[in-house]
Amino acid sequence: MNNSFKSFKWKKITESRLFFPIFALLLILLFDFIFIPGFFSIENREGNLHGSLIDIFRNGSTVMLLAIGMTLVIATGGVDLSVGAVMAIAASVAGIMMNPSALKNEVFFVTDPNFTFQPLWMVIISALLVAILCGMWNGMLVAYVRIQPMVATLILMIAGRGIAQLVTNGLRVQITYKLFTLLGQGWFILPFSLYIVAIVFTLTWIMTRKTAIGMFIESVGINFKSSFFSGIDEKKIKFLVYTFCGLCAGIAGLVASSNIKTSDANNIGLTTELDAILAVVIGGTAMSGGRFSLLASMIGALVMQAVTQSMYAIGVPAFALQAIKALVVIFVIMLYSRQVRGFVAWIGSPKRGV
Amino acid sequence: MSDSNQNILIMEGISKAFPGVQALEDVSLTLRKGEILCLVGENGAGKSTLMKALTGVDRPDSGKIFLEGREVQAKSPQHAQSLGISTVYQEINLCPNLTVAENIILGYEPYKFGRIDWAKMNALAKDTLQRLLGVDIDVTQPLGSFTVAIQQMVAIARALYVSTAKILILDEPTSSLDVNETAQLFKVMRKLKDDGVGIIFITHFIGQVFEISDRITVLRNGNLVGTYETASITRVGLISNMIGRSLAEFDEMSKIKLESSKHIKPEALLQARGFGLTGVINPFDLDLHSGEVVGLAGLLGSGRTEAASLLFGVEKADTGSITLNGIVIVDHSPLGSIRRGVALCPEDRKAAGIVDDLSVRENIILAAQASQGWFKFMSLQQQYEIADKYIKLLNIATPSADQLVKNLSGGNQQKVILARWLATNPLVLILDEPTRGIDVGTKAEIQKLVLSLAEDGKACVFISSELEEVLRTSHRVVVLREHEKVAEFSGEVDENTIIHTIAGSES
Repeated sequence: MNNSFKSFKWKKITESRLFFPIFALLLILLFDFIFIPGFFSIENREGNLHGSLIDIFRNGSTVMLLAIGMTLVIATGGVDLSVGAVMAIAASVAGIMMNPSALKNEVFFVTDPNFTFQPLWMVIISALLVAILCGMWNGMLVAYVRIQPMVATLILMIAGRGIAQLVTNGLRVQITYKLFTLLGQGWFILPFSLYIVAIVFTLTWIMTRKTAIGMFIESVGINFKSSFFSGIDEKKIKFLVYTFCGLCAGIAGLVASSNIKTSDANNIGLTTELDAILAVVIGGTAMSGGRFSLLASMIGALVMQAVTQSMYAIGVPAFALQAIKALVVIFVIMLYSRQVRGFVAWIGSPKRGV
Repeated sequence: MSDSNQNILIMEGISKAFPGVQALEDVSLTLRKGEILCLVGENGAGKSTLMKALTGVDRPDSGKIFLEGREVQAKSPQHAQSLGISTVYQEINLCPNLTVAENIILGYEPYKFGRIDWAKMNALAKDTLQRLLGVDIDVTQPLGSFTVAIQQMVAIARALYVSTAKILILDEPTSSLDVNETAQLFKVMRKLKDDGVGIIFITHFIGQVFEISDRITVLRNGNLVGTYETASITRVGLISNMIGRSLAEFDEMSKIKLESSKHIKPEALLQARGFGLTGVINPFDLDLHSGEVVGLAGLLGSGRTEAASLLFGVEKADTGSITLNGIVIVDHSPLGSIRRGVALCPEDRKAAGIVDDLSVRENIILAAQASQGWFKFMSLQQQYEIADKYIKLLNIATPSADQLVKNLSGGNQQKVILARWLATNPLVLILDEPTRGIDVGTKAEIQKLVLSLAEDGKACVFISSELEEVLRTSHRVVVLREHEKVAEFSGEVDENTIIHTIAGSES
């Protein structure tokens, strides 16, 4: 009796969407606890909290932002490869509006931390509008022109960096405007970027779970024909998620450029689309679409960042990092295979060994 | 002992439980060499589960399986196939974007110089289809370009091609076949039977059971009711064994129908005039009245489904007009139709009906929610109220409203789809094959439901391959032939007259 109750509980826990992402995250943190002294220590510097754990959140904020939009796209059965490039475009637009010297083909170092060519609200709104336009472009190709999502977004993934270069005239734009750099570097007890993630996450959660949109996204991802017959405008839903994914990428681009005080069209967001996709996959949303969990994707993004952070901390050189990351990802994805899950369920089953 | 030697298959005491459902309990079955055994029972009786246990899709919780005297347990469908157990499932499990030949031969391609010998492969496929099934089609065309019936034939051809089957399981292969195609299939089955193959045939068509089988095994609610020699049991006896209740309900139908016909409104609710789409269906006129059930009869591919999807706005008509309550409908679309009070329960349950990874509750409220738009989201409480109401009303067998729809049996899935449309509170309800692949008991339930909906003032369109069913349910019957409306009958209609009209011959 007691035994079967225990196994029932175990089953309930292992079948939860959040179980495997959290399990993976805990494994990595356990590794850190054993091998990296002081990894869990958090310092209080003038009221602000600092430490490796905080850094995971701060450095992971870009991927977390991307993963929010990517989750919705993947839930419809699509994928957006262009988010990295859209980040670069948004960053370039923002950079050039604050420091237009590059347009005159000169690298002009603004040293005044209070100088900006356009006011901050203009900068942010313009950059995000451009990002939304990029998302709409993807959405149009996928939903209305019916190009396969991978191909459709590949176009902007490649063209996007070119566009970003055009915007900045091929130069790296230095950003010194203090208010803007707060986005990525500011602190209020916790890093600013975390609040941005929290706000975007909450709004997205409300948008998908407190309206019918979330259910429609899942329905379209599972069976778009049934959804169409049931009166769901699947084209509009797809258009919406790609547009929204563009917006998230725009916000991530602003945070990233603020963090490095540069609009670097070549390097901002490079290969982050893959991190974002992996974060969603680790979060348990199937690439074929369907049920999604925003929270699980967030944990997935943290897993990705925790791995990076831990590797740096134990001194893995940057050039070897990708290879190590790949190994960890393989391990985590393996946790999702039916076989491994069956094994875990078997471990908790009372029949074992009888 | 000599008798048991004839048994190529013995299944003993098979039990299987799924979350919240005891799908099979201590069920036994024997199959002799060269016999056709019909496996019958209502939805959720455990027919498919029993076959899945045999073919290695699911492991039974307990019980033994003997194949030619040796105990076996198939580990996977592939393994079962290598043991000589081939299956054709109810829903077609082939690749619509591959050619017919590829679908039949897939995994067993003939090679020439290390490359696939396409010419030989196509010839092999063509030969298999022709020799075994007598079907002559262009095997180089993608499977998806053929009708469901042909696709089903291809699935059977593949099962026969892939292995020298000792046992062939046909899981409702005839549910999408018309009369001629069924006869063709039966010819094939008899030939295989003469070759010594044991065939397990699952069907809901009682007539077919008596036409083809040697013995009948009846399941009910996961339990074995009994196995009977076909010659020793009557239709009525069999049906009451299956549903465990009296047949008085069937007679009740005609009374209900007569009663409800009094409520038909004289003025038309929905009017289609010269409504058609080039290459899909020729222009037709159709009037639907409140309180009336209109049956669409015709062979598979006669344009029944096409007419329905045109009325609902899945496809847009290029000629003619359609009015609802006297208002001309422009910009026809499913969403628009739902908002105006027109509902279509589509023919293909798997592809266009259920959303299998969503719960029963979500499936039921889907269309109603879609008509309300993105932002007026029903509260969870409202959702449960609606879902529970229809689960009760339609007798949907599910442990809870939160069960994923894919875990329900076919008939219960169909009820969920019906519930989805009833939840939109439609004025016009178009039902395309609502009883396909559904057991006798549920069929009668659905037919009665349709009549009672009509009595409530809805206009219903009832489409079915089973003429008997159309006649029993409809006040008026429209006959389609070769993409054209050819006749309309009202009042008491003679079945023969309609058959002749469908066939296009003078009576």
